[in-house]
Amino acid sequence: MDSNDIIKPENLVYSKSKVLTDTVMHYCPGCSHGVVHKLLAEVIGDMDIQDKTIGISPVGCAVFAYKYIDIDWQQAAHGRAPALATATKRLYPDKYVFAYQGDGDLASIGTAEIIHACNRGENIVVIFINNAIYGMTGGQMAPTTLLGMKTATTPYGRKSELNGYPLKITELIAQLEGTCYVTRQSVQNPGSVRKAKKAIRKAFENSAQKKGTSFVEIVASCNSNWKMPPVKANKWMEENMFPFYPLGDIKDR
Amino acid sequence: MAEKLLKKGNEAIALAAIRYGADGYFGYPITPQSEVMETLMEEMPWETTGMVVLQAESETSSINMLYGGACCGKKVMTSSSSPGISLMCEGISYMAGAELPCLLVNVIRGGPGLGTIQPAQGDYFQAVKGGGHGDYKIIVLAPASVQEMYDFVGLGFELAFKYRIPAMILSDGAIGQMMEKVELRDPVRRLTDEEIAQKYGHWATVGKQAGRKGNIISSLSLAASEMEAINLRLQEKYRTIEKNEIRFEKLLCEDAEYMLVAFGSSSRICESTVEIARQKGIRLGLLRPVTLFPFPSPAIQEMLPQLKGIMSVELNSGQMVEDVRLAVNGAVPVEFYGRMGGSIFSPEEVFSAFAQKFNL
Ligand SMILES: Cc1ncc(C[n+]2csc(CCOP(=O)(O)OP(=O)(O)O)c2C)c(N)n1
Ligand code: SF4
Ligand SMILES: [Mg+2]
Repeated sequence: MDSNDIIKPENLVYSKSKVLTDTVMHYCPGCSHGVVHKLLAEVIGDMDIQDKTIGISPVGCAVFAYKYIDIDWQQAAHGRAPALATATKRLYPDKYVFAYQGDGDLASIGTAEIIHACNRGENIVVIFINNAIYGMTGGQMAPTTLLGMKTATTPYGRKSELNGYPLKITELIAQLEGTCYVTRQSVQNPGSVRKAKKAIRKAFENSAQKKGTSFVEIVASCNSNWKMPPVKANKWMEENMFPFYPLGDIKDR
Repeated sequence: MAEKLLKKGNEAIALAAIRYGADGYFGYPITPQSEVMETLMEEMPWETTGMVVLQAESETSSINMLYGGACCGKKVMTSSSSPGISLMCEGISYMAGAELPCLLVNVIRGGPGLGTIQPAQGDYFQAVKGGGHGDYKIIVLAPASVQEMYDFVGLGFELAFKYRIPAMILSDGAIGQMMEKVELRDPVRRLTDEEIAQKYGHWATVGKQAGRKGNIISSLSLAASEMEAINLRLQEKYRTIEKNEIRFEKLLCEDAEYMLVAFGSSSRICESTVEIARQKGIRLGLLRPVTLFPFPSPAIQEMLPQLKGIMSVELNSGQMVEDVRLAVNGAVPVEFYGRMGGSIFSPEEVFSAFAQKFNL
């Protein structure tokens, strides 16, 4: 039996989501953003809600998310995606609205917007990509940068005396009455990808049930700015990021 | 007969928002305009027209809620006063860049900084020249009465959607707080989601419709050539607006030898100054720009052959006078009189300044 005996329509178990466009992604090889985009597209496709979903893209490496997932998109100013999502969801209560944000976007410049959107319990989905760095601007310190971690603006490593502590914003968000589902996932291997997809699906389902805000953090790698090859970056993430940002559901109700 | 009510300017804005079919109001309290949101909350329009009213966590957030709402093709608005508008400038620039319609209301207070809650016109430059970054313009309407506060909500939305551009009502604490009779116009129904999808579905984020690609609303274009093309298109739109939308009012200008130029509450005071001058036999007229962008330069230029001098009268250090001088281009002397920081001039005071500057 050769491979041509296997490649037949009836044996097809996987294909690229129709919700993904054919545009080649601009992400660095090994970057987590692309995997999360794929999962979002799959969930939107599986739930058959392409015509009812409105995405808000951030300022950060994912600014161009709108090129890759074929839905209606709004491109927000740095940190403000939750405000756009709030109005969009309130004006279209029957649509699915999600904000896609990086750690600088969500946990630094946009801290007020995310806290208050979550506290109001807006029926939106938040996808939070925590790569502990400012990817787009060339690897400066993010609020989530680990102590000791070297970045362009912490060349000798992050020091608490100088830079404060890494912010566990997801734990903070879980404290807010308005959130119904707060979880931390990753996408560095097939098992974690499957779990992350389940979490994203659940978040979208929650928003239809008007249960409040669903918040999905993805602990992600930025191999380019961490200055490591992709495989090493994933290993570094498992060894250094996961102990401080432990995976799993923080809140589910 | 149309219903007439005695209302504050700020209350008129709120009533007009509901009756002109606004879909959403997002705001943050600040004196002297808090009555706008207070009135809306009292009226509970979500129970009647379905209008959304939300108190945001900051003006930064309000303007970005407007951005989201405007992306949806909905009629959205906010109101604030000077410090709050400063916070909104980033968002206004984004909305201008992404060509989104919305209505902004600035009930100006004296600045700079936290300043005072007394009325002023110190935000003329911010509104007309663009307080945010980049080459952009917004339509600016200057009401001089409570009735105009009401009517310009309708006009503002109309122009904002006609040109897909933010429109601002540039008012001040005096007009926001004063009470006058206001005639309520016939209500305009809110568009249904289906109507919005039909009308604006070719650009708005209403949910991707069958047969088209996803709509993307963005102000980003990394390639210089693309960004220049966008800028050229914006500038062309601004020139069209300058051609079509200039609005102004003239008082006793037919035989005028001198002319005051004043907008908003200043123009109300200047009406009395014109009367004083006329009683003394001085042929003084008043031109009131109703649109500050587009600025009524042609109307000023038309007057030049008969004029010996112009005085711009403003509650600031002399901002609009720069546009008057650009229009006049040296043809006649252009003087300025103003007060700042919440102090207001009397008609007599304006007259003495005028008489002194022109040796009358
Ligand atoms: C108001 C404003 N300040 C700063 C910037 C510059 N800037 C662009 S992206 C970015 C950081 C993005 O980092 P993050 O949100 O972590 O996203 P990532 O690229 O890591 O996915 C900054 C500071 C901006 N665009 N706007
Ligand atoms: S810089 Fe980092 S976050 Fe940005 S695309 Fe590259 S790997 Fe991804
Ligand atoms: Mg980041």
